[in-house]
Amino acid sequence: MTAATRKSESGYVAPVALQSRVAWFAVRKELGPRPRLALSVLSFALPLLLWCAVSYIPWLWHPMMEITDPGDVEYFRAGQLVERETFEREAQAVVEGAGKLPTGNPANPIYLPAPHQVAAAMYTAFTDPPQRRSEKWLHESLGSSIQVIFWGFVLSSLIGVPLGILCGTYDFFSRLWEPFVEFFRYLPAPAFGALAVAILGIHQAPKIAIVFIGTFFQQVLVVSNTTRKLDPALLEAAQTLGAQRLSLLFRVVIPGIVTDLYRDMRILLGWAWTYLIVAELIGTSSGITWFITQQARYKNFDNVFAAILIIGVIGITTDMVLAWLGRRIFPWQRGTASA
Amino acid sequence: MQHLNLPSYLEQSDDVRDRFARMKQRPVVLEVKNLSKEFESRGGSVTALHDINFKTRQREFICVIGPSGCGKSTLIRILAGLETPTAGEMLLDGRPVSGPGPDRGMVFQGYTLFPWRTVRQNVMFGLEVAGRSRAHAEEEARHWIDLVGLSKFEKAYPHQLSGGMKQRVAIARALANQPRILLMDEPFGALDAQTRARMQAYLMEIWQNIDITVLFITHDLDEAIYLADRIVVLKAHPGEISEVIEVPVPQPRQPDQFLSPEFLATKLRLEQLIHPPVADEEANDDALNMMRMVPKGSAVESVF
Ligand SMILES: Nc1ncnc2c1ncn2[C@@H]1O[C@H](COP(=O)(O)OP(=O)(O)OP(=O)(O)O)[C@@H](O)[C@H]1O
Ligand SMILES: [Mg+2]
Repeated sequence: MTAATRKSESGYVAPVALQSRVAWFAVRKELGPRPRLALSVLSFALPLLLWCAVSYIPWLWHPMMEITDPGDVEYFRAGQLVERETFEREAQAVVEGAGKLPTGNPANPIYLPAPHQVAAAMYTAFTDPPQRRSEKWLHESLGSSIQVIFWGFVLSSLIGVPLGILCGTYDFFSRLWEPFVEFFRYLPAPAFGALAVAILGIHQAPKIAIVFIGTFFQQVLVVSNTTRKLDPALLEAAQTLGAQRLSLLFRVVIPGIVTDLYRDMRILLGWAWTYLIVAELIGTSSGITWFITQQARYKNFDNVFAAILIIGVIGITTDMVLAWLGRRIFPWQRGTASA
Repeated sequence: MQHLNLPSYLEQSDDVRDRFARMKQRPVVLEVKNLSKEFESRGGSVTALHDINFKTRQREFICVIGPSGCGKSTLIRILAGLETPTAGEMLLDGRPVSGPGPDRGMVFQGYTLFPWRTVRQNVMFGLEVAGRSRAHAEEEARHWIDLVGLSKFEKAYPHQLSGGMKQRVAIARALANQPRILLMDEPFGALDAQTRARMQAYLMEIWQNIDITVLFITHDLDEAIYLADRIVVLKAHPGEISEVIEVPVPQPRQPDQFLSPEFLATKLRLEQLIHPPVADEEANDDALNMMRMVPKGSAVESVF
């Protein structure tokens, strides 16, 4: 890429036929930076386009009618959503009775708001105070959720990562702990909800405990497997250089797996979000889950969508920041050569 | 080769004979006594090595050669302490050793540089483990990196280096510990012919200039003759020493010696030892079951 541009700067034009065609479907070949970017944009643009199409093209789906003028139908109200069939039946009845026809526009069910409504909700969620006094701001709900995830994940990692490394390094610990961890992993974390509340009260603590239980047991196994995948030749090389016991662990095993460990943690953090949703339903429900159920109860589905999207945005942003940080912290990773 | 009128590989010029006589006065660095190794596997036990005995003297360059599967890697891994022998012992400077240690440096065929360490940090590894101060380790590492000609790449990570450069770092890393003996298991096996020749020249130069004894495994006959003072020839099933050859090619070695009579005589002997004339039945077993698959009248009917 750089070589080609450098050449053209100096007046020499590289043969075009060689590079102009992009092989979109070459097996296990990386695409160039531009096609890559284009596809990444498309991957978001396509679902959005589909959503727009269903929302804004009146003859696509739209199984409901939003009534603008009830006419002579008694129970119709302006702004009400009725099923298209009902609307047509009532209209027919009115025609037969020579009354005033109701009018309305095709609409989608209440649970599928249009993109612009969700966008507006996302904005107003941060600007307009909640409609009811008992409700929390969206950012307050999010803040409480993030706290639960953070503490659940950090506590789990503080214990789970060292344990996993020990299991992956020493057969002793692997035999001693892994069978039990393997067993416990199959117990669904939410099943401990009632127990957690009984022991830890009804506030944040039992929720943190659920995220912890959900993450911890997977984490030990994932980390121990990653540790076992370290090339044994590196350990042998280190031994012939004089490394023994703890220096093998601290100078070879840990630095040798740290990049894979980092990647594991990014994946596990994603899983922790899944446990958050169940965790928040126990005790006094709170956080983003409470926000979502509450808004759904009042049929503010634009707010529901806004909240869900914000979770997604937080998730992907965290992951991208972590990926970027990873490339800074671990300069020896392949493909990030500073040269 | 049989057509040439070659001298016997046992004939040595006066210089060479004199050199070997003097070498026998040097202190023994590594002595291997009655070493055997059996692997237990599901199909029973496999004797990888049987009753191996040899000595290497200070600053000697020994090559071990033999057919695939004869136990070369097993031998060097035992010497490095990475494998335990079933019987026998090895003495380093007269003292029995077991388990890996910095007194026996090892260079592996696969590149075993630590990917998270730069070239310099890789070379510093042994010194750090030995508890040297950081400043001292850096100073020392710089010296060894300079020796293998990689000063410009001190701060590079292994994935930025070519195969030959990686092996040079591996050599520097092993030498930085100042081991008594350098063990090398087909270190240049994965390199292309030119890089390999260059690496052989580097290794000769290093060996000539520092106090190190080398035990080098290869399956390349030319490489063995070019590098070695003596060649230990192993045979397979079980792995035993079939002969220890004193290479009659004068030192210091030059690439133009590859066609000298002594060189060719030694090579002929190695060929005989490693690829013995095959018995008739075995040869028949090995023959391909070929039939002609080119149609008559094809554009190229015969390759001749
Ligand atoms: N860990 C092991 N378990 C069982 N058998 C083994 C083991 N390691 C080696 N062997 C056997 O020991 C014999 C010698 O193996 P070794 O790797 O030392 O041969 P080699 O001379 O280095 O071969 P190559 O030239 O292919 O590298 C082989 O028959 C092999 O199958
Ligand atoms: Mg081998």
